[in-house]
Amino acid sequence: MFTESQTILLALVIPFIGAFGVALAGRWPNVRETVTLTTAVLLAVNVWSLLPAVYAGGRPELHLVEMLPGLSIAFKVEPLGMLFAALASGLWIVNSVYSIGYMRGNNEQNQTRFYTCFPIALMAAMGIAFSGNLLTLFIFYEVLTISTYPLVAHKGDQATIRSARVYMGILLGTSIGLLLPAMIWTYSLAGTLDFTPGGILEGRIAEPLLAVLLLMYAIGIGKAALMPIHRWLPAAMVAPTPVSALLHAVAVVKAGVFTITKVFVYIFGIDFLFAQPSHKLVIWLACFTIVVSSFIALRQTNLKRLLAYSTIGQLSYVVLAASILKPLSEVGASMHMMAHAFGKITLFFAAGAIYVASKKTDITEMHGIGRRMPWTMAAFAVGAVSMIGMPPTAGFISKWYILGGAIQDDNYLALATLVVSTLLNAAYFLPFVFAAFLYKENVPPKKEHGEAPWPMVAALTLTALLTFGFFLFHQPIADLEAQILLK
Amino acid sequence: MELLGLYNYFVFAVLLMVGLYCILARTNIIKSLIGLTIFQGAVFLLYISMDKIDGGTGPIILEGAPADTIYANPLPQVLILTAIVVGISTTALGLAVAVRIREAYGTIEEDEIQEMDREQ
Amino acid sequence: MTLHDQLPALLVVVPLVTAPIAYLLRAHGLPWAAAVAANVTAFIIACALAATVYGGETIIYEMGGWPAPYGIVLHIDALSALMAMLVTGASAAALIFGAKSLADEVGEEIAPSFFAAWILCTAGLTGMVITGDAFNIFVFMEISSLSTYILVSAGPDRRALVATYRYIVMGTIGATLYLIGVGFLYMATGSLNTVDIAARIGDVTEVRLLLVAAGFITVGLALKAAIFPLHSWMPNAYTFAPNVVTVFIAAASAKVSLYVLIRIDYAIFYKNIPNHELQLALLLVPMGILALFAGSMLAIYEKNLKRLLAYSSVAQVGYIALGISMASVSGLTAAIVHMFNHGLIKGGMFMAVACLALRYRSVNIANLAGAGRAMPWTMAAFVIGGLGLIGVPLTPGFISKWYLVLGALEKGGLGAVLVAAILLSSLLAVIYVWKVVEVAYFKEPRANAVPVEREAPLVMLIPTWIVVLAGLWIAIDSSMPVTMATLGAETLLGAR
Repeated sequence: MFTESQTILLALVIPFIGAFGVALAGRWPNVRETVTLTTAVLLAVNVWSLLPAVYAGGRPELHLVEMLPGLSIAFKVEPLGMLFAALASGLWIVNSVYSIGYMRGNNEQNQTRFYTCFPIALMAAMGIAFSGNLLTLFIFYEVLTISTYPLVAHKGDQATIRSARVYMGILLGTSIGLLLPAMIWTYSLAGTLDFTPGGILEGRIAEPLLAVLLLMYAIGIGKAALMPIHRWLPAAMVAPTPVSALLHAVAVVKAGVFTITKVFVYIFGIDFLFAQPSHKLVIWLACFTIVVSSFIALRQTNLKRLLAYSTIGQLSYVVLAASILKPLSEVGASMHMMAHAFGKITLFFAAGAIYVASKKTDITEMHGIGRRMPWTMAAFAVGAVSMIGMPPTAGFISKWYILGGAIQDDNYLALATLVVSTLLNAAYFLPFVFAAFLYKENVPPKKEHGEAPWPMVAALTLTALLTFGFFLFHQPIADLEAQILLK
Repeated sequence: MELLGLYNYFVFAVLLMVGLYCILARTNIIKSLIGLTIFQGAVFLLYISMDKIDGGTGPIILEGAPADTIYANPLPQVLILTAIVVGISTTALGLAVAVRIREAYGTIEEDEIQEMDREQ
Repeated sequence: MTLHDQLPALLVVVPLVTAPIAYLLRAHGLPWAAAVAANVTAFIIACALAATVYGGETIIYEMGGWPAPYGIVLHIDALSALMAMLVTGASAAALIFGAKSLADEVGEEIAPSFFAAWILCTAGLTGMVITGDAFNIFVFMEISSLSTYILVSAGPDRRALVATYRYIVMGTIGATLYLIGVGFLYMATGSLNTVDIAARIGDVTEVRLLLVAAGFITVGLALKAAIFPLHSWMPNAYTFAPNVVTVFIAAASAKVSLYVLIRIDYAIFYKNIPNHELQLALLLVPMGILALFAGSMLAIYEKNLKRLLAYSSVAQVGYIALGISMASVSGLTAAIVHMFNHGLIKGGMFMAVACLALRYRSVNIANLAGAGRAMPWTMAAFVIGGLGLIGVPLTPGFISKWYLVLGALEKGGLGAVLVAAILLSSLLAVIYVWKVVEVAYFKEPRANAVPVEREAPLVMLIPTWIVVLAGLWIAIDSSMPVTMATLGAETLLGAR
């Protein structure tokens, strides 16, 4: 119907028009929500239509405009980005259904602003996924930060605004303060920023400057939430749960680890980087983040903050996998982006459902809630199992690949970290799940409730099923991702 | 002798500093403007001094004047005529503003004006 | 001679002639119309000239047919054409935008003299930009300054008068210092034509004289350009001038002094004073870095929106100073591009402020609570401008910052310090921009405040958005200013 370049462009245009449509339809909530859903479906169909071509080895390109001499806003779809875009656009449909239930069930204010910013954020995610060079990626990275700010600050009270300030400050600060100079430095070294299989920096920079550049990227890409710049993610939890679910479990954070993976694979080049001792720095940073965030998560009682710290740890799995720089682990990195997305969005959906139904946010008050909300808590359990990495869920598959990569490299630090964090994950998820199902209700709800509104339950059941589905049908995805290793 | 021959320039420097001091030290607007005028006047002197050529006469070519007559350089004089016009305009505008300030505040002392603005 | 050959002269002559006409027009609205006509014509002429020199040519126009170095020549290359476009464009846009706002603030009885002064200001600024004569620059500088003083003093608050008075004193000192420097240059070389001076200056053996000349000229222009710590006249002048006047002078007038600084320093002194690169860096790097931080910090603690933007301008001028100090093609390109881009950004932002002031009758940030909902288009324009100050991609500020960092990276170790300073101050910009955003979007208006329900009138919104969209266009396709700035930088550094 459309050529491949047109399809890429449409992936940006559809959500953009959708945002306008939402803004115009603001006065009629039903029309507005129809616009959102239509946009989501159109976007997903559009993005997914690229899959066969990419799977067959095609690399659709689009050259938009030359922004700076020799540097264009350009797009090139490769397996990693294809996966990210397909994931984000697909889950957006589910999330939109869920949003409607959540926002109406909760009687939120300013819903039009909320629904207007959402497509813009998705547009930015698509731009990041399809970007053909680092400049384009950076542009949409910043668009994503700014378009999600109103979503985080949605509630508008003092505490929320303070949190939103942390969110904005850290994300803009790291990207402008570190990522931008790293990028300009790369450009002045290599004369290009195109994502090139095999990298563009080989032979152009040596230790110890390479270590500096590497750290500027690793920390500058704040959306990957490596410690010590992880604080924006817990801060972002003041947002309505649909935002936390899609953006702060999928689109925004995955954009971060996606960027890191892209930089390793296509800017540094994994073979070149592997030969440099300083790539160990990132491994250490990631291991540190995984363990420490798990310990912090153990101490959280607010459910969403607990999930946030879990996310920080899981993101570092991806960074760890990417920085092991072995073929299996690179595939594992992309697999884990997907596996974690299914699991974590389910967990957030469940947390939001509990909030809408019972207004509870603290896990110490949720004993026995599984009896009132069996579907929700069952889905939560599935997500938790996936986080821990047990079969038959998605988390098991990706962890398998990452472990494989670590063994290829004889990286005992990574192995030990993975084992310890698995135990810690189990330690903070399982007691809560048991308590929810087996204990007696300890805090009676303000008013009697059962499950949350049906759109929410439907959404979270679907994502829980996807977590199983990924376990069973991951092979095509692994094959697709293996293509990124070809030069 | 050589130093004495440069006395114009010393006067220029002294006037410049006097003017600057007046501007900075006085809180009275009119006095500051007087300082500003002195400051600009110093520059006129600089330009006029540089056009002087030893033994030179006024730069007007008269019929019958010997071919080897030395003339002073007319260009700086022309320049400074322009600069004087500019200086006058600036002073006039400054004084006009001073009048308006007096109408609006009832004083032309800067510290008093500052006091009144702070109260606002 | 065709009309096209006369365009350089017309660029200055059209406004110069229109000014007295505007003063004589006593009917309602006519002086404004005359000013718009003159400025739009000048803008079109500037664009035509820019198109002519876009390939790298230089137009030399001899006034009255007197050849250089005896007569005054107009000297138009890519750099001056770019600046001429900025000046006339800013002026025309501000005037078209400002009809309603000016009627509100300035009033009918002084309109003829006000608009006459405005037109003269354009004439002076364009004259400074295109003339090739160092003394002529002084004359045009004073024409523009005197008329700017008048424009500022027309502000509705009586504090405008005191601000004007300070501006007069500081401006005159700056111009006089410049004049002294030119005098010394004339003593050394016997010429006033910049090209001619540059050609003769190599024979001057007395380097000290040149150094003194360079010192006076640089400091004098730095004062007029409000480079920190010589900026003291600027915040109050911007704050108390009529809102539309602020649009104009913030976008264009300080930039022109920076332009003259670049032109004189690089065309004349750069190659002829030993170690001049180092001297320039020693002066401008500390000033620039201080400007970045002091300006941003002052902006962060400021409660008045206009003064906040003025302090932000202090910081932004710091970027330009840093770019100038780098003495490299990318550094100068960054400085020139940022002059243009910052003009677009700040012009647009002050337009938004004028819209806000029209409805809220106040520019105190605290009083603007709820503006995000009441005036969504105005606030959106403001936010886009603010993002430009931060240097977020897809805004013109990003383009400037890109070249600035690229230029700094060429400098090695010192460059790393510069990069750190530049980026840190961008982050400070986040704070002061977001301070306004939070109030406008997330604060509820005070209970006793008069509620504002209406957007600004379309006659103001449309020009504002044209400026904003022009900025966004430059951000996406930066070829126009970048090409011209690179040409200018290469010419100045003798790389072409």
